Amino acid sequence: MISIKNLHASIGDKEILRGINLEVKAGEVHAIMGPNGSGKSTLSSVLAGREDYDVTEGEVIFNGKNLLDLSTEDRAREGLFLAFQYPIEIPGVSNINFLRTALNEIRAYHGQEEMAAKDFLALVKEKSKLVELDAKLASRSVNEGFSGGEKKRNEIFQMAMLNPKLAILDETDSGLDIDALRIVATGVNKLKSKDNATIVITHYQRLLDYIVPDFVHILYKGRIVKSGGKELALEMEAKGYDEIKKEFEIAD
Amino acid sequence: MSLVVDNKSAVTQNLLDQLQKKSSKIAFMPDAEIVSAIRLLEDKGIPNNKHEDYKYCNIEAVLRKEFKSVEQSFNELTNADIAPLKIDEAINLVVVNGVYNEDLSEKMIVKGLTVNSLNQLSSSEKALLCSQAKSDTDALIALNTAFSANGLFLQIDRNNIIPMPLHVIYVNSGHTNIVTNTRSFINVQANAQVTLVESFYNIGSAKVFSNFVSEKFVGENAKLTCHTFQNEGAFSYSVNTNQVKINKYSNYSNTTMTLSGELVRNNHNVVLADSNCEAHLNGLFISNGTQQIDNHTLIDHQMPHCESNELYKGIAKDKSVGTFNGKIFVRKDAQKTNAYQSSKNILMSDDATINTKPQLEIYADDVKCSHGTSTGKIDTEALFYLKARGIGEESARKLLLQAFAQELIDKIEIPSLQERVLHLFEKAL
Repeated sequence: MISIKNLHASIGDKEILRGINLEVKAGEVHAIMGPNGSGKSTLSSVLAGREDYDVTEGEVIFNGKNLLDLSTEDRAREGLFLAFQYPIEIPGVSNINFLRTALNEIRAYHGQEEMAAKDFLALVKEKSKLVELDAKLASRSVNEGFSGGEKKRNEIFQMAMLNPKLAILDETDSGLDIDALRIVATGVNKLKSKDNATIVITHYQRLLDYIVPDFVHILYKGRIVKSGGKELALEMEAKGYDEIKKEFEIAD
Repeated sequence: MSLVVDNKSAVTQNLLDQLQKKSSKIAFMPDAEIVSAIRLLEDKGIPNNKHEDYKYCNIEAVLRKEFKSVEQSFNELTNADIAPLKIDEAINLVVVNGVYNEDLSEKMIVKGLTVNSLNQLSSSEKALLCSQAKSDTDALIALNTAFSANGLFLQIDRNNIIPMPLHVIYVNSGHTNIVTNTRSFINVQANAQVTLVESFYNIGSAKVFSNFVSEKFVGENAKLTCHTFQNEGAFSYSVNTNQVKINKYSNYSNTTMTLSGELVRNNHNVVLADSNCEAHLNGLFISNGTQQIDNHTLIDHQMPHCESNELYKGIAKDKSVGTFNGKIFVRKDAQKTNAYQSSKNILMSDDATINTKPQLEIYADDVKCSHGTSTGKIDTEALFYLKARGIGEESARKLLLQAFAQELIDKIEIPSLQERVLHLFEKAL
């Protein structure tokens, strides 16, 4: 699905990713954990194509294509989805209009016709149920005036609508109460299939009780310093990141 | 910075000479007003950028460059020319090169509605003419008063609600370069209500300098809802002055949509002359090429318990220049005034310019007033968010700009006009 090799990325003069290697196959769920400032969000931003970062070394192959050569929109059209840690409010653009535009541009990219309005609305209805999103929220401006939980549910709703091959959930659990967390996780689990993959980026183990990972990677100072099964997440939760810090202290 | 240009310039002299040769005597304007108008023009001349209020809008330069010779050779227009400009839901009235054209206008008998030429005013109506647009205050009002064509008079008699919108199509068309002085006089009497659309067009490819002045009176407890639709095209240079006076318990609103025109200067001056009335001024422009769009507003709160709201937005592309200059006066007696003003702009290129100048002058001590202005580029975070969902750069930009403009486009309550605005707006993006 995606193969990341020796990925280095900087913002300005500061190198944040210092050689990431990661292989994710279809049907897998990978969790990336790590303390604040380890580069978790940078990794998701670089993969999604945020222009603030410079990739200085390495390659990313996504479904046989060189991901780093693609524009942000083409990455999405190829099936990459980033659930934002801080979803953006866009006053004046309705959720529906936004999703219809996105869906149809993705379809056009794959040479498919626009979706009929009736089918689109049926899809909205079906997928909004998945994350228990109020139908009214679907017709409101994108994320405007949404609570923290509603914003995250809206991210998963968008994911359900666009049906990506690879979803990257960037700190989707941050700011969620336990009910919202459960709804979001249930939504993600229902979307899981043998043909798609998920990367869950999180600081805490809590989310991984609900979205059970096949692999857990610990990111520290821009490198994956440890990988293991789901028990690694529990270990981190129990010991905290201090031990990792001690073990892998890298001089700047 | 001098406020007064001591002697009228050669440009003004040339214009006056040419207009005087071509114009007939105006019978309906009060003689004293014409005399004072000519005197002001002789003293001050047409304003250039040394004049504080015209700092970003050099009318003299436009006249010097584009209107050296003014033949005043007007085109006649036919129903076929006007038909595409009409609005289905409205009674369409037509003013061609400043002259109310009864033949091209739709005739409909509506209780309480008077539509007429300015030279048909009764003596009591005539007394109101020029009372708001005083020719000794502004050179362009003076120019209009001195050379006004036989424009439009609209009146809604007291206690009448006009059930459909009135649409005035002001259209200019010259065989060669022309200068038009279009005048309208709109009187909404006590307890009356009307929705008015004023559209501005230029047909043909001769250059037009359009100097429009409208006086509007809103009587006690009356309501006047105005939409101004400006789509005059690349050959048009226009100054549009609205002098509005609103009375006790009345409600006046205007939404101005500027979609084309090489130079568009809007002076929107509203006097809140009595207590408990409200005024809402809104504006949206999108400019490209070397266009100049200049919105000047003056809200004059004279009495207590009144409210005013202003929301102006602009999108400047290419090398275009947009200006918002909004002044709010709160006079000594205007206690408990609520006055709000906001101007938001998006610059779409490094060569585009936005000038904003909010001004509050408050002489009362128990008021709520605020103003805010912002000018920036398109929100890159929002752009990234849209692109991350598969929406291409171009469509993402368009979605965001449309969202920026939407709250103003939503203020147009007439569906076919809203559609027309949206269509032109999308085309201009």
